[in-house]
Amino acid sequence: MADFWQGYALPVVITVAEIVAIIVPLLVAIAYLTYAERKVLAWAQLRKGPNVVGPFGLLQPIADGAKLLFKETVIPSGANRVVFLAAPILTFSLSLMAWAVIPFDKGVVLANINVGILYLFAISSLGVYGIVMAGWSSNSKYAFLGALRSAAQMVSYEVSMGFVIVTVLLCAGSLNLTAIVEAQRTIWYAIPLLPMFVVFFISVLAETNRSPFDLPEGESELVAGFFVEYSAMSFALFYLGEYGSMILMSAMTSILFLGGWLAPFNLEPFTGLAAHLWAGFWFALKVALVLFCFLWVRATVPRFRYDQLMRLGWKVFLPFSLFWLVLTAGVLVTTGWLPK
Amino acid sequence: MIVQAICFYLFAAITVASGVMVIAARNPVHSVLFLILAFFNAAGLFVLAGAEFLALILVIVYVGAVAVLFLFVVMMLDINFVELRQGALQYLPVGALVGLVLLVELILVFGAWVAGPEVAQSIAAPLPLATNVTNTAALGQLLYTRYVYVFQASGMILLVAMVGAIVLTLRARTDVRKQDINVQVGRRRADTLEIVKVRPRQGV
Repeated sequence: MADFWQGYALPVVITVAEIVAIIVPLLVAIAYLTYAERKVLAWAQLRKGPNVVGPFGLLQPIADGAKLLFKETVIPSGANRVVFLAAPILTFSLSLMAWAVIPFDKGVVLANINVGILYLFAISSLGVYGIVMAGWSSNSKYAFLGALRSAAQMVSYEVSMGFVIVTVLLCAGSLNLTAIVEAQRTIWYAIPLLPMFVVFFISVLAETNRSPFDLPEGESELVAGFFVEYSAMSFALFYLGEYGSMILMSAMTSILFLGGWLAPFNLEPFTGLAAHLWAGFWFALKVALVLFCFLWVRATVPRFRYDQLMRLGWKVFLPFSLFWLVLTAGVLVTTGWLPK
Repeated sequence: MIVQAICFYLFAAITVASGVMVIAARNPVHSVLFLILAFFNAAGLFVLAGAEFLALILVIVYVGAVAVLFLFVVMMLDINFVELRQGALQYLPVGALVGLVLLVELILVFGAWVAGPEVAQSIAAPLPLATNVTNTAALGQLLYTRYVYVFQASGMILLVAMVGAIVLTLRARTDVRKQDINVQVGRRRADTLEIVKVRPRQGV
Protein backbone atom coordinates (compact mmCIF):
# COMPACT_ATOMS: atom_id res chain seq x y z
CA MET A 1 0.00 0.00 0.00
CA ALA A 2 2.84 2.36 0.92
CA ASP A 3 4.43 1.40 -2.35
CA PHE A 4 1.32 2.39 -4.27
CA TRP A 5 1.17 5.67 -2.35
CA GLN A 6 4.83 6.47 -3.07
CA GLY A 7 4.88 5.23 -6.63
CA TYR A 8 1.60 6.43 -8.10
CA ALA A 9 -0.71 8.42 -5.87
CA LEU A 10 1.78 11.00 -4.59
CA PRO A 11 3.17 11.99 -8.02
CA VAL A 12 -0.36 12.27 -9.35
CA VAL A 13 -1.41 14.52 -6.47
CA ILE A 14 1.69 16.70 -6.88
CA THR A 15 1.21 16.99 -10.64
CA VAL A 16 -2.46 17.93 -10.25
CA ALA A 17 -1.49 20.57 -7.70
CA GLU A 18 1.10 21.97 -10.14
CA ILE A 19 -1.43 22.04 -12.95
CA VAL A 20 -3.88 23.94 -10.75
CA ALA A 21 -1.11 26.35 -9.75
CA ILE A 22 -0.53 27.14 -13.43
CA ILE A 23 -4.12 27.18 -14.68
CA VAL A 24 -5.78 29.30 -11.98
CA PRO A 25 -3.48 32.34 -12.41
CA LEU A 26 -3.73 31.80 -16.16
CA LEU A 27 -7.53 31.98 -16.10
CA VAL A 28 -7.37 35.16 -14.01
CA ALA A 29 -4.87 36.56 -16.51
CA ILE A 30 -7.19 35.70 -19.41
CA ALA A 31 -10.12 37.41 -17.67
CA TYR A 32 -8.09 40.54 -17.02
CA LEU A 33 -6.63 40.53 -20.51
CA THR A 34 -10.15 41.10 -21.84
CA TYR A 35 -10.41 44.01 -19.41
CA ALA A 36 -6.99 45.33 -20.43
CA GLU A 37 -7.95 45.13 -24.08
CA ARG A 38 -11.08 47.18 -23.54
CA LYS A 39 -9.16 49.74 -21.50
CA VAL A 40 -6.29 50.04 -23.98
CA LEU A 41 -8.67 50.36 -26.93
CA ALA A 42 -10.62 52.96 -24.99
CA TRP A 43 -7.51 55.02 -24.28
CA ALA A 44 -6.45 54.77 -27.89
CA GLN A 45 -9.85 56.09 -28.92
CA LEU A 46 -10.08 58.74 -26.18
CA ARG A 47 -12.85 56.93 -24.30
CA LYS A 48 -12.97 55.69 -20.73
CA GLY A 49 -13.65 51.99 -21.25
CA PRO A 50 -15.37 49.84 -18.61
CA ASN A 51 -15.58 51.92 -15.42
CA VAL A 52 -18.91 51.08 -13.80
CA VAL A 53 -18.66 47.59 -12.29
CA GLY A 54 -16.34 47.82 -9.26
CA PRO A 55 -13.50 50.32 -8.80
CA PHE A 56 -12.16 51.36 -12.25
CA GLY A 57 -14.47 48.71 -13.71
CA LEU A 58 -12.18 45.98 -12.36
CA LEU A 59 -15.06 43.56 -11.75
CA GLN A 60 -16.25 43.83 -15.36
CA PRO A 61 -14.70 40.52 -16.55
CA ILE A 62 -16.41 38.68 -13.70
CA ALA A 63 -19.74 40.27 -14.53
CA ASP A 64 -19.29 39.31 -18.19
CA GLY A 65 -18.42 35.75 -17.25
CA ALA A 66 -21.44 35.43 -14.99
CA LYS A 67 -23.69 36.80 -17.73
CA LEU A 68 -22.44 34.30 -20.30
CA LEU A 69 -22.70 31.43 -17.82
CA PHE A 70 -26.38 32.04 -17.17
CA LYS A 71 -27.42 32.37 -20.79
CA GLU A 72 -28.94 29.58 -22.81
CA THR A 73 -26.76 27.58 -25.19
CA VAL A 74 -28.57 27.55 -28.52
CA ILE A 75 -27.70 24.80 -30.98
CA PRO A 76 -28.86 25.51 -34.54
CA SER A 77 -31.23 22.86 -35.84
CA GLY A 78 -29.08 21.92 -38.87
CA ALA A 79 -25.89 21.73 -36.84
CA ASN A 80 -23.81 18.65 -36.32
CA ARG A 81 -24.26 18.50 -32.53
CA VAL A 82 -21.19 16.55 -31.43
CA VAL A 83 -18.72 18.47 -33.59
CA PHE A 84 -20.51 21.74 -32.79
CA LEU A 85 -19.99 21.25 -29.06
CA ALA A 86 -16.52 19.72 -29.36
CA ALA A 87 -15.09 22.71 -31.26
CA PRO A 88 -15.12 25.32 -28.45
CA ILE A 89 -13.95 22.74 -25.90
CA LEU A 90 -11.04 21.85 -28.18
CA THR A 91 -10.10 25.49 -28.74
CA PHE A 92 -10.11 26.30 -25.05
CA SER A 93 -8.32 23.19 -23.86
CA LEU A 94 -5.60 23.56 -26.50
CA SER A 95 -4.84 27.06 -25.28
CA LEU A 96 -4.38 25.66 -21.76
CA MET A 97 -2.53 22.46 -22.74
CA ALA A 98 0.51 24.22 -24.14
CA TRP A 99 1.37 25.75 -20.74
CA ALA A 100 2.69 22.37 -19.60
CA VAL A 101 6.09 23.11 -21.14
CA ILE A 102 6.44 26.85 -20.50
CA PRO A 103 9.33 27.48 -18.06
CA PHE A 104 8.75 30.29 -15.55
CA ASP A 105 12.26 30.05 -14.10
CA LYS A 106 15.14 27.64 -14.33
CA GLY A 107 13.58 24.33 -13.25
CA VAL A 108 10.13 25.84 -12.61
CA VAL A 109 8.23 24.02 -15.33
CA LEU A 110 5.59 21.31 -15.29
CA ALA A 111 7.21 19.11 -17.95
CA ASN A 112 10.78 19.88 -18.96
CA ILE A 113 10.73 17.86 -22.19
CA ASN A 114 13.57 17.78 -24.71
CA VAL A 115 11.41 18.88 -27.61
CA GLY A 116 9.51 21.65 -25.81
CA ILE A 117 9.53 24.09 -28.72
CA LEU A 118 8.16 21.45 -31.08
CA TYR A 119 5.40 20.73 -28.58
CA LEU A 120 4.44 24.41 -28.52
CA PHE A 121 4.52 24.57 -32.32
CA ALA A 122 2.39 21.42 -32.57
CA ILE A 123 -0.21 22.71 -30.13
CA SER A 124 -0.42 26.09 -31.83
CA SER A 125 -0.88 24.43 -35.21
CA LEU A 126 -3.78 22.39 -33.81
CA GLY A 127 -5.69 25.58 -32.99
CA VAL A 128 -7.05 25.64 -36.52
CA TYR A 129 -9.17 22.54 -35.86
CA GLY A 130 -11.39 24.27 -33.33
CA ILE A 131 -12.16 26.95 -35.90
CA VAL A 132 -12.62 24.63 -38.87
CA MET A 133 -14.85 22.26 -36.90
CA ALA A 134 -16.93 25.17 -35.61
CA GLY A 135 -17.34 26.63 -39.07
CA TRP A 136 -18.33 23.37 -40.68
CA SER A 137 -20.65 22.06 -37.98
CA SER A 138 -22.61 25.32 -37.66
CA ASN A 139 -24.17 24.64 -41.06
CA SER A 140 -24.08 28.31 -41.95
CA LYS A 141 -22.46 30.08 -44.90
CA TYR A 142 -20.83 32.83 -42.87
CA ALA A 143 -19.32 30.43 -40.37
CA PHE A 144 -18.10 28.16 -43.14
CA LEU A 145 -16.42 30.99 -45.04
CA GLY A 146 -14.75 32.15 -41.84
CA ALA A 147 -13.46 28.63 -41.20
CA LEU A 148 -12.06 28.26 -44.71
CA ARG A 149 -10.26 31.58 -44.48
CA SER A 150 -8.84 30.66 -41.14
CA ALA A 151 -7.58 27.27 -42.31
CA ALA A 152 -5.73 28.81 -45.26
CA GLN A 153 -4.39 31.67 -43.17
CA MET A 154 -3.10 29.62 -40.26
CA VAL A 155 -1.42 27.02 -42.48
CA SER A 156 0.29 29.78 -44.49
CA TYR A 157 1.73 31.65 -41.55
CA GLU A 158 2.84 28.50 -39.78
CA VAL A 159 5.43 27.98 -42.50
CA SER A 160 7.28 31.22 -41.85
CA MET A 161 6.85 30.73 -38.08
CA GLY A 162 8.55 27.36 -38.47
CA PHE A 163 11.54 28.95 -40.22
CA VAL A 164 11.85 31.60 -37.51
CA ILE A 165 11.83 28.89 -34.85
CA VAL A 166 14.51 26.94 -36.74
CA THR A 167 16.70 30.07 -36.83
CA VAL A 168 16.40 30.44 -33.06
CA LEU A 169 17.15 26.73 -32.63
CA LEU A 170 20.32 27.11 -34.70
CA CYS A 171 21.52 29.84 -32.37
CA ALA A 172 20.52 28.04 -29.18
CA GLY A 173 21.47 24.51 -30.21
CA SER A 174 18.60 22.88 -28.35
CA LEU A 175 14.87 22.21 -28.62
CA ASN A 176 14.48 22.50 -24.88
CA LEU A 177 12.83 25.77 -23.81
CA THR A 178 14.91 26.13 -20.65
CA ALA A 179 18.10 25.67 -22.68
CA ILE A 180 16.91 28.25 -25.22
CA VAL A 181 16.42 30.83 -22.47
CA GLU A 182 19.77 29.98 -20.85
CA ALA A 183 21.47 30.41 -24.23
CA GLN A 184 20.31 34.05 -24.21
CA ARG A 185 22.40 34.95 -21.13
CA THR A 186 24.89 36.86 -23.29
CA ILE A 187 22.35 38.54 -25.57
CA TRP A 188 18.63 38.28 -26.14
CA TYR A 189 17.85 36.94 -29.60
CA ALA A 190 15.60 39.90 -30.32
CA ILE A 191 18.75 41.95 -30.96
CA PRO A 192 20.82 39.83 -33.38
CA LEU A 193 17.69 38.34 -34.97
CA LEU A 194 15.61 41.52 -35.00
CA PRO A 195 14.09 40.98 -38.49
CA MET A 196 13.06 37.46 -37.50
CA PHE A 197 11.56 38.83 -34.28
CA VAL A 198 9.37 41.16 -36.34
CA VAL A 199 8.39 38.36 -38.75
CA PHE A 200 7.57 36.12 -35.80
CA PHE A 201 5.43 38.73 -34.08
CA ILE A 202 3.42 39.40 -37.24
CA SER A 203 3.02 35.68 -37.91
CA VAL A 204 1.81 35.24 -34.36
CA LEU A 205 -0.85 37.88 -34.98
CA ALA A 206 -2.00 35.86 -38.00
CA GLU A 207 -1.78 32.57 -36.13
CA THR A 208 -4.01 33.79 -33.30
CA ASN A 209 -6.44 35.41 -35.77
CA ARG A 210 -5.92 38.78 -34.20
CA SER A 211 -6.34 42.06 -36.00
CA PRO A 212 -5.12 43.11 -38.55
CA PHE A 213 -5.48 39.47 -39.66
CA ASP A 214 -8.87 38.78 -38.06
CA LEU A 215 -10.47 37.80 -41.36
CA PRO A 216 -11.94 34.57 -39.95
CA GLU A 217 -14.16 36.80 -37.82
CA GLY A 218 -14.44 39.63 -40.33
CA GLU A 219 -17.52 41.15 -38.70
CA SER A 220 -18.07 43.64 -41.50
CA GLU A 221 -18.65 40.88 -44.10
CA LEU A 222 -19.15 37.62 -42.19
CA VAL A 223 -21.16 38.86 -39.16
CA ALA A 224 -18.84 37.13 -36.70
CA GLY A 225 -17.17 34.52 -38.88
CA PHE A 226 -16.71 31.03 -37.55
CA PHE A 227 -18.49 31.57 -34.22
CA VAL A 228 -21.53 33.35 -35.54
CA GLU A 229 -23.85 30.53 -34.39
CA TYR A 230 -22.39 30.17 -30.92
CA SER A 231 -23.98 31.53 -27.80
CA ALA A 232 -23.51 31.60 -24.04
CA MET A 233 -20.75 29.38 -22.63
CA SER A 234 -19.80 27.82 -25.96
CA PHE A 235 -19.12 31.33 -27.27
CA ALA A 236 -17.28 32.21 -24.07
CA LEU A 237 -14.95 29.24 -24.55
CA PHE A 238 -13.96 30.51 -28.00
CA TYR A 239 -13.46 33.97 -26.59
CA LEU A 240 -11.35 32.73 -23.68
CA GLY A 241 -9.46 30.37 -25.99
CA GLU A 242 -8.49 33.29 -28.22
CA TYR A 243 -7.16 35.31 -25.28
CA GLY A 244 -5.49 32.21 -23.83
CA SER A 245 -3.61 31.59 -27.05
CA MET A 246 -2.66 35.28 -27.16
CA ILE A 247 -1.02 34.96 -23.74
CA LEU A 248 0.58 31.68 -24.80
CA MET A 249 2.03 33.18 -27.96
CA SER A 250 3.35 36.16 -25.99
CA ALA A 251 5.03 33.74 -23.61
CA MET A 252 6.51 31.91 -26.59
CA THR A 253 7.77 35.19 -28.07
CA SER A 254 9.38 36.22 -24.81
CA ILE A 255 11.03 32.80 -24.40
CA LEU A 256 12.37 32.70 -27.95
CA PHE A 257 13.44 36.31 -28.33
CA LEU A 258 13.25 38.29 -25.09
CA GLY A 259 15.21 36.02 -22.80
CA GLY A 260 12.28 34.49 -20.86
CA TRP A 261 12.84 35.00 -17.16
CA LEU A 262 16.30 36.62 -17.48
CA ALA A 263 16.69 40.12 -16.08
CA PRO A 264 17.36 42.80 -18.70
CA PHE A 265 20.49 43.99 -16.86
CA ASN A 266 22.94 42.19 -14.63
CA LEU A 267 22.80 44.60 -11.67
CA GLU A 268 22.81 44.06 -7.93
CA PRO A 269 19.31 43.16 -6.76
CA PHE A 270 18.80 40.89 -9.78
CA THR A 271 21.89 38.67 -9.57
CA GLY A 272 22.70 35.48 -7.69
CA LEU A 273 19.96 33.84 -5.67
CA ALA A 274 17.75 36.94 -5.80
CA ALA A 275 17.45 36.33 -9.56
CA HIS A 276 15.03 33.48 -8.79
CA LEU A 277 12.81 35.82 -6.80
CA TRP A 278 12.57 38.18 -9.74
CA ALA A 279 12.28 35.52 -12.47
CA GLY A 280 8.47 35.41 -12.44
CA PHE A 281 8.29 39.18 -12.43
CA TRP A 282 10.51 39.62 -15.49
CA PHE A 283 8.72 36.87 -17.37
CA ALA A 284 5.30 38.38 -16.62
CA LEU A 285 6.57 41.84 -17.55
CA LYS A 286 7.82 40.65 -20.94
CA VAL A 287 4.61 38.74 -21.63
CA ALA A 288 2.62 41.84 -20.71
CA LEU A 289 4.77 43.95 -23.03
CA VAL A 290 4.13 41.67 -26.00
CA LEU A 291 0.43 41.52 -25.12
CA PHE A 292 0.30 45.31 -25.09
CA CYS A 293 1.70 45.25 -28.63
CA PHE A 294 -1.15 42.92 -29.63
CA LEU A 295 -3.69 45.44 -28.32
CA TRP A 296 -1.80 48.41 -29.72
CA VAL A 297 -1.81 46.83 -33.19
CA ARG A 298 -5.54 46.20 -32.90
CA ALA A 299 -6.17 49.83 -32.04
CA THR A 300 -4.12 51.25 -34.89
CA VAL A 301 -3.90 48.96 -37.94
CA PRO A 302 -6.81 48.41 -40.35
CA ARG A 303 -7.74 44.87 -41.40
CA PHE A 304 -5.87 43.27 -44.31
CA ARG A 305 -7.62 42.32 -47.50
CA TYR A 306 -7.53 38.58 -48.07
CA ASP A 307 -5.25 38.57 -51.12
CA GLN A 308 -2.86 40.95 -49.35
CA LEU A 309 -2.76 38.59 -46.41
CA MET A 310 -1.80 35.65 -48.60
CA ARG A 311 0.75 37.72 -50.49
CA LEU A 312 2.40 38.83 -47.27
CA GLY A 313 2.59 35.26 -45.98
CA TRP A 314 3.82 33.46 -49.08
CA LYS A 315 5.62 36.07 -51.15
CA VAL A 316 7.19 38.23 -48.46
CA PHE A 317 7.62 36.35 -45.19
CA LEU A 318 8.43 32.92 -46.59
CA PRO A 319 11.34 33.97 -48.86
CA PHE A 320 12.57 36.47 -46.29
CA SER A 321 12.64 34.01 -43.40
CA LEU A 322 14.23 31.37 -45.62
CA PHE A 323 16.94 33.86 -46.57
CA TRP A 324 17.58 34.79 -42.95
CA LEU A 325 17.72 31.14 -41.96
CA VAL A 326 20.44 30.46 -44.53
CA LEU A 327 22.25 33.67 -43.60
CA THR A 328 22.17 32.83 -39.88
CA ALA A 329 23.43 29.32 -40.53
CA GLY A 330 26.22 30.70 -42.73
CA VAL A 331 27.30 33.27 -40.15
CA LEU A 332 27.23 30.70 -37.35
CA VAL A 333 29.33 28.23 -39.31
CA THR A 334 31.93 30.70 -40.61
CA THR A 335 32.46 32.40 -37.25
CA GLY A 336 32.44 29.12 -35.35
CA TRP A 337 29.63 30.30 -33.02
CA LEU A 338 27.59 27.22 -33.75
CA PRO A 339 26.61 25.74 -30.37
CA LYS A 340 28.12 22.34 -29.73
CA MET B 1 5.45 -0.41 -15.82
CA ILE B 2 1.78 -1.20 -15.47
CA VAL B 3 0.86 2.43 -16.19
CA GLN B 4 2.86 2.20 -19.40
CA ALA B 5 1.06 -0.99 -20.40
CA ILE B 6 -2.33 0.58 -19.71
CA CYS B 7 -1.36 3.64 -21.76
CA PHE B 8 -0.13 1.47 -24.61
CA TYR B 9 -3.33 -0.54 -24.81
CA LEU B 10 -5.42 2.62 -24.52
CA PHE B 11 -3.60 4.40 -27.35
CA ALA B 12 -3.46 1.28 -29.48
CA ALA B 13 -7.15 0.50 -29.01
CA ILE B 14 -8.17 4.06 -29.88
CA THR B 15 -5.88 4.06 -32.93
CA VAL B 16 -7.38 0.84 -34.25
CA ALA B 17 -10.94 1.87 -33.43
CA SER B 18 -10.59 5.26 -35.11
CA GLY B 19 -8.90 3.57 -38.07
CA VAL B 20 -11.99 1.43 -38.46
CA MET B 21 -14.22 4.48 -38.09
CA VAL B 22 -12.31 6.27 -40.88
CA ILE B 23 -13.70 3.77 -43.37
CA ALA B 24 -16.96 3.09 -41.56
CA ALA B 25 -18.17 6.66 -40.91
CA ARG B 26 -20.94 7.80 -43.24
CA ASN B 27 -19.95 11.43 -43.20
CA PRO B 28 -16.59 12.12 -44.93
CA VAL B 29 -15.79 14.99 -42.57
CA HIS B 30 -16.22 12.60 -39.64
CA SER B 31 -13.87 10.21 -41.44
CA VAL B 32 -11.18 12.88 -41.59
CA LEU B 33 -11.73 13.77 -37.93
CA PHE B 34 -11.30 10.11 -36.99
CA LEU B 35 -8.14 9.99 -39.11
CA ILE B 36 -6.80 12.90 -37.07
CA LEU B 37 -7.64 11.03 -33.87
CA ALA B 38 -5.74 8.02 -35.24
CA PHE B 39 -2.68 10.20 -36.00
CA PHE B 40 -2.84 11.66 -32.55
CA ASN B 41 -2.90 8.30 -30.82
CA ALA B 42 -0.10 7.04 -33.04
CA ALA B 43 1.90 10.03 -31.77
CA GLY B 44 1.07 8.88 -28.26
CA LEU B 45 2.47 5.43 -29.10
CA PHE B 46 5.68 7.07 -30.37
CA VAL B 47 6.05 8.92 -27.07
CA LEU B 48 5.64 5.64 -25.18
CA ALA B 49 8.39 4.14 -27.36
CA GLY B 50 10.68 7.03 -26.39
CA ALA B 51 10.62 8.66 -29.84
CA GLU B 52 9.41 12.10 -28.76
CA PHE B 53 10.81 13.87 -31.82
CA LEU B 54 8.96 11.59 -34.24
CA ALA B 55 5.78 11.93 -32.18
CA LEU B 56 5.80 15.71 -32.38
CA ILE B 57 6.79 15.78 -36.04
CA LEU B 58 3.85 13.46 -36.70
CA VAL B 59 1.53 15.91 -34.96
CA ILE B 60 3.03 19.00 -36.65
CA VAL B 61 3.22 17.62 -40.18
CA TYR B 62 0.29 15.24 -40.41
CA VAL B 63 -2.20 16.68 -37.97
CA GLY B 64 -1.18 20.31 -38.23
CA ALA B 65 -0.75 20.61 -41.98
CA VAL B 66 -1.70 17.58 -44.09
CA ALA B 67 -4.96 16.77 -42.33
CA VAL B 68 -6.00 20.44 -42.28
CA LEU B 69 -5.71 20.60 -46.06
CA PHE B 70 -7.49 17.27 -46.28
CA LEU B 71 -10.35 18.54 -44.15
CA PHE B 72 -10.36 21.75 -46.15
CA VAL B 73 -10.84 19.84 -49.41
CA VAL B 74 -13.36 17.35 -48.06
CA MET B 75 -15.50 20.16 -46.64
CA MET B 76 -15.50 22.00 -49.93
CA LEU B 77 -16.34 18.96 -52.04
CA ASP B 78 -19.94 18.75 -53.09
CA ILE B 79 -20.17 15.06 -53.84
CA ASN B 80 -23.04 12.78 -53.14
CA PHE B 81 -21.18 10.26 -51.04
CA VAL B 82 -24.05 7.80 -50.88
CA GLU B 83 -23.93 7.57 -54.67
CA LEU B 84 -20.18 7.18 -54.59
CA ARG B 85 -20.50 4.32 -52.14
CA GLN B 86 -22.63 2.28 -54.52
CA GLY B 87 -19.70 1.43 -56.77
CA ALA B 88 -17.35 0.74 -53.87
CA LEU B 89 -17.80 -3.02 -54.12
CA GLN B 90 -16.08 -3.18 -57.50
CA TYR B 91 -12.83 -2.04 -55.85
CA LEU B 92 -13.05 -4.92 -53.40
CA PRO B 93 -10.72 -7.32 -55.33
CA VAL B 94 -7.96 -4.67 -55.61
CA GLY B 95 -8.35 -3.75 -51.95
CA ALA B 96 -8.26 -7.40 -50.93
CA LEU B 97 -5.10 -7.93 -53.00
CA VAL B 98 -3.29 -4.98 -51.37
CA GLY B 99 -4.38 -6.20 -47.94
CA LEU B 100 -3.17 -9.70 -48.72
CA VAL B 101 0.27 -8.49 -49.86
CA LEU B 102 0.64 -6.43 -46.67
CA LEU B 103 -0.45 -9.37 -44.53
CA VAL B 104 2.04 -11.75 -46.19
CA GLU B 105 4.86 -9.24 -45.77
CA LEU B 106 4.08 -8.73 -42.11
CA ILE B 107 3.95 -12.50 -41.58
CA LEU B 108 7.33 -12.86 -43.29
CA VAL B 109 8.95 -10.17 -41.15
CA PHE B 110 7.61 -11.33 -37.81
CA GLY B 111 7.97 -14.98 -38.78
CA ALA B 112 11.64 -14.43 -39.55
CA TRP B 113 12.14 -12.79 -36.16
CA VAL B 114 10.58 -15.70 -34.36
CA ALA B 115 11.99 -18.51 -36.51
CA GLY B 116 15.58 -17.37 -37.11
CA PRO B 117 17.30 -15.55 -34.21
CA GLU B 118 20.17 -14.55 -36.52
CA VAL B 119 17.79 -12.26 -38.43
CA ALA B 120 17.42 -9.96 -35.45
CA GLN B 121 21.20 -9.45 -35.38
CA SER B 122 21.28 -8.22 -38.96
CA ILE B 123 19.20 -5.22 -38.00
CA ALA B 124 21.74 -2.41 -37.70
CA ALA B 125 22.31 -1.21 -34.16
CA PRO B 126 21.28 2.43 -33.67
CA LEU B 127 24.44 4.31 -34.62
CA PRO B 128 24.84 6.87 -31.88
CA LEU B 129 23.62 4.85 -28.91
CA ALA B 130 20.23 6.18 -27.96
CA THR B 131 21.20 6.61 -24.33
CA ASN B 132 23.95 9.14 -25.01
CA VAL B 133 22.18 11.77 -27.09
CA THR B 134 18.66 13.15 -27.40
CA ASN B 135 16.75 11.45 -30.14
CA THR B 136 16.61 14.65 -32.20
CA ALA B 137 20.41 14.68 -32.35
CA ALA B 138 20.56 10.93 -33.05
CA LEU B 139 18.16 11.23 -35.97
CA GLY B 140 20.03 14.23 -37.35
CA GLN B 141 23.39 12.50 -37.17
CA LEU B 142 22.07 9.46 -38.98
CA LEU B 143 20.05 11.33 -41.62
CA TYR B 144 22.76 13.81 -42.55
CA THR B 145 25.68 11.38 -42.63
CA ARG B 146 24.84 7.83 -43.50
CA TYR B 147 21.60 8.43 -45.41
CA VAL B 148 22.32 11.90 -46.75
CA TYR B 149 21.91 10.93 -50.43
CA VAL B 150 18.64 9.14 -49.85
CA PHE B 151 17.46 12.03 -47.73
CA GLN B 152 18.35 14.64 -50.36
CA ALA B 153 16.85 12.49 -53.11
CA SER B 154 13.53 12.26 -51.30
CA GLY B 155 13.62 16.03 -50.88
CA MET B 156 14.19 16.44 -54.61
CA ILE B 157 11.31 14.10 -55.44
CA LEU B 158 8.98 16.13 -53.24
CA LEU B 159 10.20 19.35 -54.85
CA VAL B 160 9.59 17.98 -58.34
CA ALA B 161 6.13 16.83 -57.31
CA MET B 162 5.37 20.28 -55.94
CA VAL B 163 6.61 22.05 -59.06
CA GLY B 164 4.57 19.61 -61.15
CA ALA B 165 1.39 20.34 -59.24
CA ILE B 166 1.94 24.08 -59.63
CA VAL B 167 2.65 23.79 -63.36
CA LEU B 168 -0.49 21.71 -63.86
CA THR B 169 -2.78 24.18 -62.11
CA LEU B 170 -1.18 27.50 -62.99
CA ARG B 171 -2.81 29.49 -65.71
CA ALA B 172 -1.87 33.01 -66.56
CA ARG B 173 -5.08 34.99 -66.73
CA THR B 174 -5.05 38.22 -68.62
CA ASP B 175 -8.64 39.23 -67.91
CA VAL B 176 -8.16 40.03 -64.23
CA ARG B 177 -6.79 43.19 -62.72
CA LYS B 178 -3.98 42.42 -60.33
CA GLN B 179 -2.55 44.61 -57.65
CA ASP B 180 1.11 45.39 -58.27
CA ILE B 181 2.37 46.81 -55.02
CA ASN B 182 5.67 48.02 -56.50
CA VAL B 183 3.87 50.09 -59.08
CA GLN B 184 1.56 51.51 -56.43
CA VAL B 185 4.36 52.44 -54.08
CA GLY B 186 6.53 53.77 -56.90
CA ARG B 187 3.89 56.23 -58.09
CA ARG B 188 5.03 59.84 -57.91
CA ARG B 189 2.99 62.96 -57.93
CA ALA B 190 4.54 64.12 -61.18
CA ASP B 191 3.37 60.95 -63.00
CA THR B 192 -0.29 61.33 -62.25
CA LEU B 193 -1.11 64.83 -61.14
CA GLU B 194 -1.19 67.92 -63.25
CA ILE B 195 -2.11 71.25 -61.86
CA VAL B 196 -4.02 73.33 -64.33
CA LYS B 197 -4.89 76.89 -63.87
CA VAL B 198 -8.52 77.27 -64.78
CA ARG B 199 -9.47 80.75 -65.80
CA PRO B 200 -13.01 81.88 -65.17
CA ARG B 201 -15.49 81.49 -68.04
CA GLN B 202 -12.98 79.64 -70.15
CA GLY B 203 -12.72 76.17 -68.64
CA VAL B 204 -9.81 73.86 -69.22
